[in-house]
Amino acid sequence: MVQAFIKKGSFQDSVSLMLISKKLSNLEEINEVSVMMGTPANKSLLAETGFWNDMFNEATPNDICVAIKSDNSDVDVVNLISEQLENALKNIAQQQQGGARLLKARRLASAEQKLPDANLVLISIAGEYAAELAEQALQDNKNVMLFSDNVALQDEIKLKQQATAKDLIVMGPDCGTAIIAGAPLAFSNVIPKGNIGVIGASGTGIQEVISQIALLGQGITQAIGLGGRDLSAEVGGLSALTALKMLDADDATQVLTFVSKPPADSVRMNIIHAMQQIHKPIVALFLGAKAEHAQEGNLYFANTLDEAARISAQLAKVESTAVTLPTVANKSILGLYTGGTLASEAAMLLADALKVPMSKTHDKGVMLDVKGHKIIDLGDDFYTVGRPHPMIDPSIREQEIADLGNKSDIGVLLVDVVIGYGANANPVESIVAGVEKATKLRSKDNPLITIATVTGSEQDPQCRSKQIELLKAAGIVVMDNLPEAILLTMKLITPKRQEAKKQTYPLLDKVSVINAGLRSFAEDLQSSGIPVVHYQWAPIAGGNKKLANILKKLQ
Amino acid sequence: MYKSINEANQAIIDRIKEARPHWIGVIPAKEAVPTLQQGHKLLHAGPPMTWGDMTGPMKGACIGACLFEGWAKTEPEAVALLANHQVEFIPCHAVNSVGPMGGITSANMPMLVIENITHGNRAYCNLNEGIGKVMRFGAYSEEVLDRHRWMRDSLAPALNAAVKRFDKGVDLTALMAQAITMGDEFHQRNIAASALLLRTLSPKLALLDYDKAQMAKIFEFLSVTDQFFLNLAMAYCKAVMDSAATIKAGTIVTAMTRNGKDFGIKVSGLGDQWFTAPVNTPQGLFFTGYSQDEANPDMGDSAITETFGIGGAAMVAAPGVTRFVGAGGVEAALETSEEMSEIYLEHNPLFQIPSWNFQGCCLGLDVRRVVETGITPLINTGIAHKDAGIGQIGAGTVRAPLACFEKALEAYAKKMNITE
Repeated sequence: MVQAFIKKGSFQDSVSLMLISKKLSNLEEINEVSVMMGTPANKSLLAETGFWNDMFNEATPNDICVAIKSDNSDVDVVNLISEQLENALKNIAQQQQGGARLLKARRLASAEQKLPDANLVLISIAGEYAAELAEQALQDNKNVMLFSDNVALQDEIKLKQQATAKDLIVMGPDCGTAIIAGAPLAFSNVIPKGNIGVIGASGTGIQEVISQIALLGQGITQAIGLGGRDLSAEVGGLSALTALKMLDADDATQVLTFVSKPPADSVRMNIIHAMQQIHKPIVALFLGAKAEHAQEGNLYFANTLDEAARISAQLAKVESTAVTLPTVANKSILGLYTGGTLASEAAMLLADALKVPMSKTHDKGVMLDVKGHKIIDLGDDFYTVGRPHPMIDPSIREQEIADLGNKSDIGVLLVDVVIGYGANANPVESIVAGVEKATKLRSKDNPLITIATVTGSEQDPQCRSKQIELLKAAGIVVMDNLPEAILLTMKLITPKRQEAKKQTYPLLDKVSVINAGLRSFAEDLQSSGIPVVHYQWAPIAGGNKKLANILKKLQ
Repeated sequence: MYKSINEANQAIIDRIKEARPHWIGVIPAKEAVPTLQQGHKLLHAGPPMTWGDMTGPMKGACIGACLFEGWAKTEPEAVALLANHQVEFIPCHAVNSVGPMGGITSANMPMLVIENITHGNRAYCNLNEGIGKVMRFGAYSEEVLDRHRWMRDSLAPALNAAVKRFDKGVDLTALMAQAITMGDEFHQRNIAASALLLRTLSPKLALLDYDKAQMAKIFEFLSVTDQFFLNLAMAYCKAVMDSAATIKAGTIVTAMTRNGKDFGIKVSGLGDQWFTAPVNTPQGLFFTGYSQDEANPDMGDSAITETFGIGGAAMVAAPGVTRFVGAGGVEAALETSEEMSEIYLEHNPLFQIPSWNFQGCCLGLDVRRVVETGITPLINTGIAHKDAGIGQIGAGTVRAPLACFEKALEAYAKKMNITE
């Protein structure tokens, strides 16, 4: 059957349309597509080639006729092809604008014409003119990054208020660094993609944190700059609040890192409050103000840039691991440790996370027993009477693990793997055996998640990485240390919140930039594959205020 | 009548797009411009001018015209006549006409008649004399005068007769739309249009009852005169812009011209008033033996092409001349046209430029855009020697001075009762 649609009033040359027809015909969902202008000659060709649809009687030579042959009834092929056609036409339009040549414009309006998708104006012109341009950009519904400094405080407040009212963001003034949707804006670094969203009031602060994050093997989603005055009492953290909202709404961002000097007291309250409303872990560094607590709810307080990066990287690992695991919300935790101190630290961390006191007595090696959660030290004297220590003979733990097949209330099993001289030659073997037995007895909708930490080095006879490999092969999660293991555990047993639908920020998905000022910023964006037009800005009427005023009134 | 400047400008743009100038004949200037029939009067390029203010080439052309018309027998006689205010000067633009370089046109010189068949108005321009020693660049030797007599007596009647054989004359829009795809921008380069024109005329010329030698000379002249079409393009643009000016509102420039002293513009909403500023001197390439020091300041009505949106604004269409006119390579030509797009409101769908991804040439030069951006129109131009009688010594580009646009903007504001 031939399905069809007409795109009115869009003239394209036949070569372009032939190329598009060929490309669209390759789509799996359909058999063949023919895309032609609705000229009389083309119409008879459509009829002769079996692509006719009566809809084409209405088409003029200025309309694109699209005929689709498809046996596929599951998919709305008209909608699919229509979308693909729009993309193809858009690509043509962009190619026509000059390939590798940097697009340039001398007026904001023509810059907008040359890059209709532009959603951010990067401004690095002289400060005295920057606010006016930023205001125009906001009026045209573009986000703004003000690299320029020497912008009046009153202007900053006004701009940020206007932006807030439109769900736009003003980064800056004096914002040196941002990375949005992979676009390097002004002073920026090439950082791997990850799940950490960074917000910073200082350019180099952002750069150092993201560099440390990369060094720790993690990556970022976005780095949003605020400008040094945003958290002052006068500005009130308007952009910080917007940035928090943006990253809250950004699904790819699982951890937030916030870097600034200590905010004004009144602003701090608001910022902290906004952070508490976000159901994602947030690492806050108010550089210079010593944090009183390391953690409050979802907030983690760091004292240095590298500490902020470290905590963020740890949380990032936990979050990215958690999303790969089944849900065990509200289930209990059982820790079966062979190492006494490991059991003790795990118990301490868990007690902390559950906000309960540690058990005072450790009868039968039970280090913690609260609300159904237990941490047990299997190296306790109770278990070693007449048998070797479980680090040598892990059969007792294997049995305990296997028994979990019948203990459906347990959702997370925590274990240690202690290797090295003196230890069992392959401690993972018995853990895997136990987990397999337990899992066999459990139904699919009652999963058991096993989280292991490995104590020992790469050079040990058992070899750390080989043990980890075996654990992973058996579906066992391996974390680098106990704090990470406990963070992950808590994350897994905590029910997910049903989140209300949030405001969306298209800026975070794709950035198209109008760059006003330093040409090199545009070149950097272009070489990173970001759509950009360079606005060769000059003051209106050469800076003649009288003529500029006349021009305003003669629009 | 129009609710806003933008609405008035739109009306102008619509009118420019609707205009269809046809070449309908060649007649003596005194018939095209009846005022030339009485007394000693000369048309000249640019805003109003006096003998004393004229630069060498325009003075030379005036001397040549006096000799051609028989008002004087010798050069000193002619100079005396001119210096004693015995000759009245009229800007071409004041009488629906245009003239390249000096633009000096006298009663018995032939003029092209261009009629905008959509709106009924006519525009006139003298005939191109070819290259070398020519009157438009100030030469007035016997050789120059001889050529003018031949043009008057032989070329003009033949062309007129040929053109009359077309129903409604020659449709210049169709011809120019083709020529722009062949590398013409109609100011510095008209070779494609001239060739197309000769192709169009040939079958009609062949039918004329002329002797072979006469006809051969006509064909010879048309076959080597690369810029023959320039004068048609100018009259074409003049016809369109005069029609646009009847809107009498809006901020679109309807004329740009230079007289060697001043650059003048007219603006649709400001009637017949000239807004002038001192002209710049063109920069470019010079024929062997000549240099920038000998260049005459900018001159001629040919900037009517840039007013319409071709010439320098359509540099990208004519990669062949970009280096000659000092605009660098193809990339620079593209940059120029992109820059010009900032001060024109639209693109003209009638003149699509292949090397510009088939964007139309610029359309609707807006005084506001010029003042806002500080970008002034770039004019492609020939360069005359500053002394009379030497002629063309090079070609290049020149910018319109910003001041005339600023003055026009202020006048517009005043007219609208806008104070700062």
